[in-house]
Amino acid sequence: MNIRLNKINSLVWLKILLYLALALYAIITLIPFLWALSASFKPLAEIVAGKPNFLPNNFTLDNYKQIFIEEPLFLRWFFNSVIIAISVTILNLLFNSMAGYALARLKFRGRRFWFFLILAVLAVPIQVTLIPTFLILKTFGWLNSYQGMIIPNMVNATFIFMMRQFFVNFPKELEEAAALDGLTTFGIFRHIVLPLAKPALAAQAVFIFMSSWNNFLLPVVILFDPEMFTLPLGLNSFKGQYISYWNYIMAASMVFTLPALAIYAFFNRYFIQSVSFTGTKQ
Amino acid sequence: MSLKQLTRQQQNLAGYFFLAQTILVLGIFVILPILSAVFLSLQKVQLLGGIEYEFVGFRNFRQLIEDERVWIALKNTAEYVMIVVPSQTILALFLAVTLNSGIRGKSWWRVLLFLPTVTSSAVLTLIFMWIYNTNGLLNDFLSAVGFPTYNWLGDPNVALKAIMIMNIWSTAPFFMVIYLAGLQDIPKSLYEAAELDGANGWHKFIHITVPMLNPVTFFVVAMGIIGTFQLFDQSYIFSKGTGGPNNATLTVVLLIYQAVFRNLQMGYAAAIAFLLAAVIITITLIQRRLFGGEKN
Repeated sequence: MNIRLNKINSLVWLKILLYLALALYAIITLIPFLWALSASFKPLAEIVAGKPNFLPNNFTLDNYKQIFIEEPLFLRWFFNSVIIAISVTILNLLFNSMAGYALARLKFRGRRFWFFLILAVLAVPIQVTLIPTFLILKTFGWLNSYQGMIIPNMVNATFIFMMRQFFVNFPKELEEAAALDGLTTFGIFRHIVLPLAKPALAAQAVFIFMSSWNNFLLPVVILFDPEMFTLPLGLNSFKGQYISYWNYIMAASMVFTLPALAIYAFFNRYFIQSVSFTGTKQ
Repeated sequence: MSLKQLTRQQQNLAGYFFLAQTILVLGIFVILPILSAVFLSLQKVQLLGGIEYEFVGFRNFRQLIEDERVWIALKNTAEYVMIVVPSQTILALFLAVTLNSGIRGKSWWRVLLFLPTVTSSAVLTLIFMWIYNTNGLLNDFLSAVGFPTYNWLGDPNVALKAIMIMNIWSTAPFFMVIYLAGLQDIPKSLYEAAELDGANGWHKFIHITVPMLNPVTFFVVAMGIIGTFQLFDQSYIFSKGTGGPNNATLTVVLLIYQAVFRNLQMGYAAAIAFLLAAVIITITLIQRRLFGGEKN
């Protein structure tokens, strides 16, 4: 009896300890965000005064108004990021699943070769291809352009591989029935296979959108006309201009972060799925 | 069955119709660049209006060995990898096990902890620079509890560690989610059997959870190594592209960037990129050996 009570008691303590540890970690996670958010509503004088107050004493929206006046390209950067991220996402969904489907289902000459090649591509760090990509885009006249940001990124070896794994485990019967009904291979893909692949597509979509939205290395290399900057690049150049105006920088950071957070909150379930997907299926 | 009714030619046609875009993009923006990187690394490239090439053999690679900044960048990057990868892996594992221990509101905790992972590295770096700044939160906190304040960003001994802390914090939740998925695959019966043998929580963790997660850990460590070796965004923003203070945040990728865009040495930059690829592939292979390979 006593032993059992003790055991239950220690279990309760363990639980409390776990919750405390998690809460502490959650606070560590949140503080930088809340601190940045609070600063974006403070006048500069209050920020540099050196008192760590989370609730602004002199609440103001001026920083947000000011950044749009001081930096007229703000909306343009936002627009650039949206165009690029959405195009990259849509093209990836289509082409990665087409390639994955072909590698999983269609029997054509050279299938093993292409599959092997795509696997090999996964092992090459992007830095190796970066400089030649810059030169190739320069030759095409695609520096500082949407197509320069979109076309090199419109397929992704990791997700081709993921889609292949997905389609390999896909029941064949439906496709066979559709073929008997006289659908073409592309018709089967378009009307039977793609609709049933929705969970895998959603997971992929969120993942690709986020990495395009946050991409820094490719834009820093191929975009140097401020009009064509994406958000991360714009934010960096904004920081260069307003070195110690932390009130503006934090307001700008918040404007850039909120859309991504909204998408994340909305698609959270799929995002988590996609992470688990890439993790366990590789 | 009926898929086989298509003639051989139709099958080939369909296959290449589905793969065409992939072959085109990978061909132009991956395979061709790899080949031309090999070419570039053996050339001296002059960017004066047009592009001029001059074959120099292995001179770029010899220059690598003599270049002091290459060694500094390698040392910084290696130090960064050796501290960040184990820390983020252990932190991710503990967070995942904690979240998986039957805690209430699991998905809410997960959403919350995941925030830094979805935030752009540019924004995170700026927020952290500001926290470390002379008038920042860290100094405010230190002076509030009576410690002296410090110029964190200006000290070469601190700069890289500041980036390390930030990255452990922002990457661990990503791997936590991968561990969480792995935890679901461990059969419950293993734990029940261990409980019958009188094992406590810690024993179960060490003797069941950790070994059963071995393939996941292999993947997490491999991804971690590949990701950390490619550190760039944070160093670039932190140091405005210089790798300062005093080369403290100079990484291999930042060095590649500088070689191309500051010194206009494309051939040399390609050589550094191959050095990076060689290092990453070698270490991944060694890691595969140590883990006894993937069990797939």
